[in-house]
Amino acid sequence: MGKRTFVCLAFLCAGINSMEAQEKPTIWRTDSVQHLQEVVVSAWKRSASIIPVQQLTGETLHRLSVHSVADALRYFSGVQIKDYGGIGGLKTVNVRSLGTNHTGVFYDGIELGNAQNGVVDLGRFSLDNMEAVQLYNGQKTNMLQSAKDYSSASAVYMQSRRPSFSPDNTDHLHITMKAGSFDTFNSSMLWEHKLSDSTSLQASAEYLSTSGRYKFHYAKKNGYDTTAVRQNGDVRAVRVENTIFKSIKQGEWLAKLYFYNSERGYPGAAVREEPGKFRHQDRQWDSSVFAQGSFRQRYGHCYNLLVSAKAAYDYLHYLSDPRLDVTTMYTDNHYRQTELYVSAAHRIDVTESFTISMANDLQYNHLDADLTDFVYPSRIIALSSLAGNLHLGRFDAQLSLLHTYVSDHTEKTGGLAGKKSKTTPTVAFNYSLLTEHDRRLTCRAFFKRIFRLPTFNDLYYTFIGNKDLKPEYTTQYDIGLNYSCCLDQGWLRKVEFQADGYYNKVEDKIVAMPTNNQFRWTMMNFGLCHILGLDASIKADWLVGGMELGTHASYTYNRAADHTDAASTFYGGQLPYIPWHSASAVVSVSWRHFTANYSFLYTGERYESSANIAENYSKPWYTSDFSLSRTIPLKAVTLRATAEVCNLFNQQYEVVQCYPMPGTNFKFKLKLII
Amino acid sequence: MKKSIIKSAVLTMCLVIGCGACRSESEDIIDHQEEKVNPEIQEPLDTLGIKGFFLLNEGNMGSNKCTLDYYDALTGTYLRNIYAEMNPGVVQELGDVGNDIQVYDNKLWAVINCSHFVEVMQQSTARHIAQISIPNCRYICFDGQYAYVSSYAGPVQIDPNARLGYVAKINVNTLQQVDTCVVGYQPEEMVVTGNKLYVANSGGYRVPNYDRTVSVIDLTTFRVMKTIDVAINLHRLELDRHGFIWVSSRGDYYEVPSKTYVIDTRIDEVCDSLELANSEMALAGDSLYVYGTAWSYLNNSWHTSYAVVDTQKREVISNQLITDGTDDRIAMPYGIAVNPDNGDFYITDAGNYVSPGMLYCFTAQGRKKWEVRTGDIPAHFAFTRKSLQYDSNR
Repeated sequence: MGKRTFVCLAFLCAGINSMEAQEKPTIWRTDSVQHLQEVVVSAWKRSASIIPVQQLTGETLHRLSVHSVADALRYFSGVQIKDYGGIGGLKTVNVRSLGTNHTGVFYDGIELGNAQNGVVDLGRFSLDNMEAVQLYNGQKTNMLQSAKDYSSASAVYMQSRRPSFSPDNTDHLHITMKAGSFDTFNSSMLWEHKLSDSTSLQASAEYLSTSGRYKFHYAKKNGYDTTAVRQNGDVRAVRVENTIFKSIKQGEWLAKLYFYNSERGYPGAAVREEPGKFRHQDRQWDSSVFAQGSFRQRYGHCYNLLVSAKAAYDYLHYLSDPRLDVTTMYTDNHYRQTELYVSAAHRIDVTESFTISMANDLQYNHLDADLTDFVYPSRIIALSSLAGNLHLGRFDAQLSLLHTYVSDHTEKTGGLAGKKSKTTPTVAFNYSLLTEHDRRLTCRAFFKRIFRLPTFNDLYYTFIGNKDLKPEYTTQYDIGLNYSCCLDQGWLRKVEFQADGYYNKVEDKIVAMPTNNQFRWTMMNFGLCHILGLDASIKADWLVGGMELGTHASYTYNRAADHTDAASTFYGGQLPYIPWHSASAVVSVSWRHFTANYSFLYTGERYESSANIAENYSKPWYTSDFSLSRTIPLKAVTLRATAEVCNLFNQQYEVVQCYPMPGTNFKFKLKLII
Repeated sequence: MKKSIIKSAVLTMCLVIGCGACRSESEDIIDHQEEKVNPEIQEPLDTLGIKGFFLLNEGNMGSNKCTLDYYDALTGTYLRNIYAEMNPGVVQELGDVGNDIQVYDNKLWAVINCSHFVEVMQQSTARHIAQISIPNCRYICFDGQYAYVSSYAGPVQIDPNARLGYVAKINVNTLQQVDTCVVGYQPEEMVVTGNKLYVANSGGYRVPNYDRTVSVIDLTTFRVMKTIDVAINLHRLELDRHGFIWVSSRGDYYEVPSKTYVIDTRIDEVCDSLELANSEMALAGDSLYVYGTAWSYLNNSWHTSYAVVDTQKREVISNQLITDGTDDRIAMPYGIAVNPDNGDFYITDAGNYVSPGMLYCFTAQGRKKWEVRTGDIPAHFAFTRKSLQYDSNR
């Protein structure tokens, strides 16, 4: 695989003639970036987002000492990340305690699906080619978007870099090399080329390898004290992406081809065993290929069209072989998923202050697996959305309705989940209390009811699936405010504050608990949960002498109560892995060619089961990461060197029971910009 | 002014970093918990009588939450989670998924399935003596100077999917494995009678090609002397006092239902069968207490049934074990045992598998005497005629 990467890189290098150093924010007028610009660049000219949104962009994102998108999301409020440890460990995001499967994950505007288990491993998306990561509670309130954008309780949007050229410049080349603890080696390359004034292309490739070996420490007061090394956590992954961008009159289109291939070991749960006696050798191979494209155009003054399409193929091979690991039983399974997706969205600006939007999406999924008694399920989903947006002076309102029609087909009769047809609403309001040129205060509220469909695994997995599962419904009520202020002089230059209080209800909740490996789960129907929460974040930018200072802090309170069984002793217990309090803080300083970044994460006490007893208690953890980088401008190129240290105080902790996290670890990074 | 700001920023930073550094790494050992569950203290027991029992809680797979409880019949006190406190030096406590527990030779033997060993403890203190590594070990039984442990992890043949299990022979004095005997696929429970060991083979990992045999091992040669064809997916064995072995077949969870079979050990053949769903059994004289939690994937539902079987007549004499309606509260019966001294019987409820379960004690007439909260997935019992010595923390 290393060889293949090399060939790719060599191919990409060919044909580059003139290259110039350029590193500045790039804006390409499409859906997500347009919105991004709205929020960041001109936050107080146009109305702020009606619905709570948090984002990390550009330099702020890259300064964090993180590897993946999942690591970056930890700095948002209202987010709980499940992390099985190490670079290869599964990382999923749970927003406002609603559950992982309620978070939609979008890559460049189109949702990443996993009809098999609904889990998108955010640990696989490196930040190398990401330009922005955004989190929307409820839904994005852009008026030109697919019906899918309305279909989850919250959504993460990952936006990859878009090319932008200065007039005398036709090529960009970025080469990054990283090396660090756990024998990690990570290199990536990005090449952008301007073909004409309206057309450009981008190619990026990345290679990652790590042994995943790290020490962990378990100890009890006046009891045992042991240190062991995490085994079989190695990963080798390759990503190659190609995109072509074309701007046309009153619009644009783009097409992307994505390829990902990886091999990884499963370190498994760290449970008691005779030390060093058994080797655990479960392995997994993944390949994902997808092609996606979108076309957007404005016709006349009041009509906009957005058409998107995607075709994806995912292959997964899991092997557990007793010839390599005496404790295991033979498992050799292959899963193949196909997805076809097409969407058409329309926006009609009826008047200056009233807009209507409509979208229709059609999606087909199929899962093929070599399991005994497998039913080979297919699913067709038809989504239709209708939304209206009203803008009256200080007041903004949006109402949307989403209709979902699902029809499953299985090759064996009797095991079919049948058809479902549901309509779900969302209402959002925004009122500006203060709209001065340099400060703005708005209050907002939203209500959303949506469900997640049971996945193919939930329904049809041999011996685990249950075809009678009902969709899992969530209802969200949110009320919040947003304050921002800009100052022309003094040290403090910019402040943004937002806070939201919310109440969520989850009905017929399906919860997955890890079993002896992360690929298989014990399905549990939690029934009913009530969640009360508070998210708050504050961001401030400072200018002290020649020193730029950025500070960001967030706080989350969640009371997520399990109200499933009124007869249970543990009725009302806090849901597993949901801390009552969590917080994060980031301070970054730029001075001349130097940038330093300190980030802090805190996760408060929580329980590993809704039985909130001492045996299930998990104590708080907090980690500090620090990075220092220096930019070295050379003649034709710019070089940036970065040193990072993560978990500075070597705290030993677990996010998921029996999956220890790494202690202090280091990374060195060199980036060459031509 | 600028300096003072920087100074205070540095100070704040130091404070934050200081806090970050000062978390104590070691956690407290969780003390056992005591609950007085039986208010009516029985008459003083004779010295050879049953003093109580150990209950092994399996704990959900991958959670390392196997725990050991103890019921002190002399005081009517239930002790929850005693192992960690008794053995502070044992790394990661009892381990992952306890699958069997027995008392033998003044020792307490616990088979820890997903930790791949047999934990040997002192009977009177529950203190660790040794761990005997056996990959994927399932059940344990004893005869003379030897312990026998069934394991799924036999030698791998050409087809890795066709991997037979084995029975390991362990010297109870040296605690060393001395021999192994390859049996059928995924062997489960065992019984010993007349110098023969019987082991039920399930073949549960070979769906739909379940094993359907009981292997008979000659304990002198420690080799399989006969293989008895019974039914698919065998699990439990119970030896009655007339020399008959009661065998549970779990069925295939679709068309083939769970059933109960009888093996005559004089001829080593199946001599009878009952249309009785059987998940677990316990013997009291000639009464076999059975419960069956039959899962059907056809209609995705559980059906729980209870029965008392007369082992001489080989017929169900009652479809009721519990007579006071307590069975309505039992979500997932997961273990059963009968106290041979007084006829009380015990049933555990695993509930939703990830929260602590319940243990119910019933009189021989099926009326509830007491109930208590256990660890996660309470499952396996071992009666003891020697009191556990412990420091009461109440």
